Amino acid sequence: MSNEVTTIGKRSSTSSNQNVSRWFKKNNHGNRLLTLVLFLPPALLLFTIFVILPIGEAGYYSLFRWNGYGEPSQWVEFSNYVRLFKHGAFDTAVWNTFKIILISLVIQLPLALIIALSIYKKSWANSLFRLIFFLPYILAEVAAGLIWRFVFDGDYGVMARFTEALNTDTWYILADKNWAFVAILVVLVWKYFGFHMMIYIAALQGVPKDLIEASKLDGASRFQAIWYVKIPLIMSGITISIFFSILGALQTFDLIMPLTGGGPSNSTHTLVSYLYTFGITRMNVGFGSAVGVVLFICCVIFAFTYQSTIMKDKK
Amino acid sequence: MFAMRKIRWGKYIFLMLVAGFVLVPMFATVLGGFKSLGELRTNPFGLPDVWEFEYYAQVFADGSIWLLMKNSLIIAFFSVLLTLIIGTMTAFTFSHIKFAGYKYIYNYFLIGMMFPAAAAILPLFLKIRDLGLLDSLSGVVIPQVAFGLGFSILLFRSFFEQLPSELFDAARVDGCSYIKFYWHVILPLSTPILATVGVFVLVASWNNYLLPLLVLNTEQQYPWTLGIMQYRGEYGIEWNRILAYVTVTITPAIVFFLFAQKYIVEGLTGGAVKG
Repeated sequence: MSNEVTTIGKRSSTSSNQNVSRWFKKNNHGNRLLTLVLFLPPALLLFTIFVILPIGEAGYYSLFRWNGYGEPSQWVEFSNYVRLFKHGAFDTAVWNTFKIILISLVIQLPLALIIALSIYKKSWANSLFRLIFFLPYILAEVAAGLIWRFVFDGDYGVMARFTEALNTDTWYILADKNWAFVAILVVLVWKYFGFHMMIYIAALQGVPKDLIEASKLDGASRFQAIWYVKIPLIMSGITISIFFSILGALQTFDLIMPLTGGGPSNSTHTLVSYLYTFGITRMNVGFGSAVGVVLFICCVIFAFTYQSTIMKDKK
Repeated sequence: MFAMRKIRWGKYIFLMLVAGFVLVPMFATVLGGFKSLGELRTNPFGLPDVWEFEYYAQVFADGSIWLLMKNSLIIAFFSVLLTLIIGTMTAFTFSHIKFAGYKYIYNYFLIGMMFPAAAAILPLFLKIRDLGLLDSLSGVVIPQVAFGLGFSILLFRSFFEQLPSELFDAARVDGCSYIKFYWHVILPLSTPILATVGVFVLVASWNNYLLPLLVLNTEQQYPWTLGIMQYRGEYGIEWNRILAYVTVTITPAIVFFLFAQKYIVEGLTGGAVKG
């Protein structure tokens, strides 16, 4: 009896071995499986360790008070989040981030669209304008920030001219609590409108010419041709550029540091510069992670709702 | 006809105004490095009356600028190289090996694209520290590659799938293995997309500030983005020195842009649109 069982077991195990090797042979034509085992893990590992895991850890650490050394032990429940939402500087950071989104949508993107509409046709003058307008986008944020810090300097740059002309006292706009962020918004428009313009130009060059000709033959005015023909046809470009400008706005950091570093008195922080100042420089791992989690949730909620509603029918 | 001409003029005046808004700060920066502080104060935007070369000369004087550039270049080079190698390998498994459940893994990479890099910066810092990569260039390169993967895999995969499938069938009939096909057929045919992704990673890496700021402590390791901020910290409001320094450090990017314009615009916007 027992003998029988073992032989059956043996037989089935050899047959499963055979199955495995048969399956392997069948699927490993041209070393298909070996290639897979060689090609997939590097990316999977890197991506999991450095992109996915840290997000989960941020959620976990945000429930502790921890300076980053040893193991996190001081469990504080949600008090990091409570502290965060009570902190005036965080309110300002959220509000500033919101202002960036608003300015992008109301000033930057329309400006980019108007310019794209006037220079999308191919000619040497238009290429030159395109080149000029795209230039700020390729500069590093820190360099752009320093350039504008000079321009806004009360003693030297454009502000000095301005106050001189008005015969008023020197005005250090970046040190002025009420105006510093307005100055930053100007730099943001300067830096990024060229990027959106290029997206629109690429989309406009894909609009079939005969459609525009046809609308002209039907007696459409320039404005009507733009509003009823061109804009609807480049809607997918516009949706994409809105998507990028909002995700980018949520993560603004590099420009803030050279311009104001978040000051004066924490009035110009964005979410990320706030995270840097209050989480990283002081090694408040728990608190900083809580800020990160808030940022993460904002981005993911935005990205998913935007993609599942507005971008859905565009794809 | 008259109305049309009016519109043209209005259009050009508007474009010139915007071009002025873009260019004046840049010209002021380049010229500012040639002015004495006193002149910079009275004449911030015009041509200098007296051309002073010492501020530009001093940028190069102690040689540290070359070290900064070298570090930036090393970081950028390895980021591009690794992203291209790992990205194409992974995309190839999705486009040609098509193993069971590959769609889930592919979506896993795509979802990561939406994650803001800055959100998990503290755990990332601890991870880099625990892996012993703190204060080393690889501590900047490796996370940078990891964050670029989602985007590059997306672009590579859609490009590979558009390649004619007859190529693959013929190669398989001739007994060509998957690795050989990847190496001898896919990669040589993919130069346009390799250039697009490469430029994108290159520019992002060259301009990156937050990650080096987090990872690097010693000046010998600094890329130029950290160096420029330090220079500004050292010289405070001696704007002529700082402007000279800014001009020198942004020159490589601008020269590169003027020469590789087509690829850069494609890499930075075309890539974004396809994404």
